[in-house]
Amino acid sequence: MLTRLYALASPPRFYRLADLWSRWLLWCGIALLLPGLWFSLLDSPPDYQQGESVRIMYVHVPAAWLSMFGYVCMATMAGIGLIFRSKAASAVAHSCAPAGAAFTFLALVTGSLWGKPMWGTWWIWDARLTSELVLLFLYFGYLGLKAAIEDREAAARATAVLALVGVVNIPIIHYSVEWWNTLHQGPTVTKLDKPSIHLSMLLPLLLMSFSYMALFGAMVLRRARGEILLRERNSGWVRELAMGEKA
Amino acid sequence: MNRARRDRLILVGLIVTGVAVAVGLMLFALGQNVNLFYSPTQVARGEAPVGHTFRLGGMVVEGSVVRDPNSLKVQFALTDGAHEVVVQREGILPDLFREGQGIVAQGQLDGGGQFIAAEVLAKHDENYMPPEVEHAMETAKQLGLTKGK
Repeated sequence: MLTRLYALASPPRFYRLADLWSRWLLWCGIALLLPGLWFSLLDSPPDYQQGESVRIMYVHVPAAWLSMFGYVCMATMAGIGLIFRSKAASAVAHSCAPAGAAFTFLALVTGSLWGKPMWGTWWIWDARLTSELVLLFLYFGYLGLKAAIEDREAAARATAVLALVGVVNIPIIHYSVEWWNTLHQGPTVTKLDKPSIHLSMLLPLLLMSFSYMALFGAMVLRRARGEILLRERNSGWVRELAMGEKA
Repeated sequence: MNRARRDRLILVGLIVTGVAVAVGLMLFALGQNVNLFYSPTQVARGEAPVGHTFRLGGMVVEGSVVRDPNSLKVQFALTDGAHEVVVQREGILPDLFREGQGIVAQGQLDGGGQFIAAEVLAKHDENYMPPEVEHAMETAKQLGLTKGK
């Protein structure tokens, strides 16, 4: 098992497999996105309280989930990269950051657009909104730190420590609505008893979530291939690859 | 697992737990200050600052909303189940404002214990359902088939 993982982590092998996986994930993501958008924007009921504005949820909630999922992926891969000195794991961690930041930004913007008609304000400094904004800054900090350090190995180590330190924010975001009173409502789908969302609204939400997740995976793996090529550009297999493509 | 890797694994574990403990203590120390609003019970206990702007959160008491027909003045009571605070507001209320709705008001307490709100925000709950389902649930509740929501 472990030897298999080691083999997977070898840059040339990962480079080839990531190509295959990212293609699959991209098509899965698109295949889920089309019915997801159809059901969420057109063929699902309005909410008893919020009316048609509830449709923002189908864009906002998966984006918020992915913003946290992306960070956990990034921190896990950064940790593996730090412990095992794995180039493939560091490359995946590096490529999680821009994708995760994009989803965080999307969650914040759609949340703001949803907040204005429902709550009556674009922004409020409650625990949920503030901790999500901190998450965006953590992603920015990661990207900034990575760009600031010339040496790739040193950059991988420094950013991995930052990613691991920031992981403490993830439970804070999740539990912020339970630990403190906030304007943001409590969890709907992930609470222990039955989710308090009607099935006709839960299904499009899950479709959108799986689609976002597949698209996130596709983006990360695509980018990780680029990272690997950049780090390994002086190695034999990349030279061979480049020569082969020229010929 | 070789020694160097094990050491680094332990180091990563220490970083994560160390930061978690530090941030946990910090949030514990901040305690109430992270809360967005005071509850009517806290106001009744005198924990809310007098003469300073703060936020008050609670449910609008059924039947407590009084609108002035000649202006935008509204008076209503907020409750957290234990205590009530009367809120005065002059201005536009959010669409979701209604009796039984959770809201957060920002303003100050006047001398008579009434809350003069400068801003009223609506909270919406974590329940999502089509209007027909809500209607059916209301009917069932009225017929005594279910115990509350």
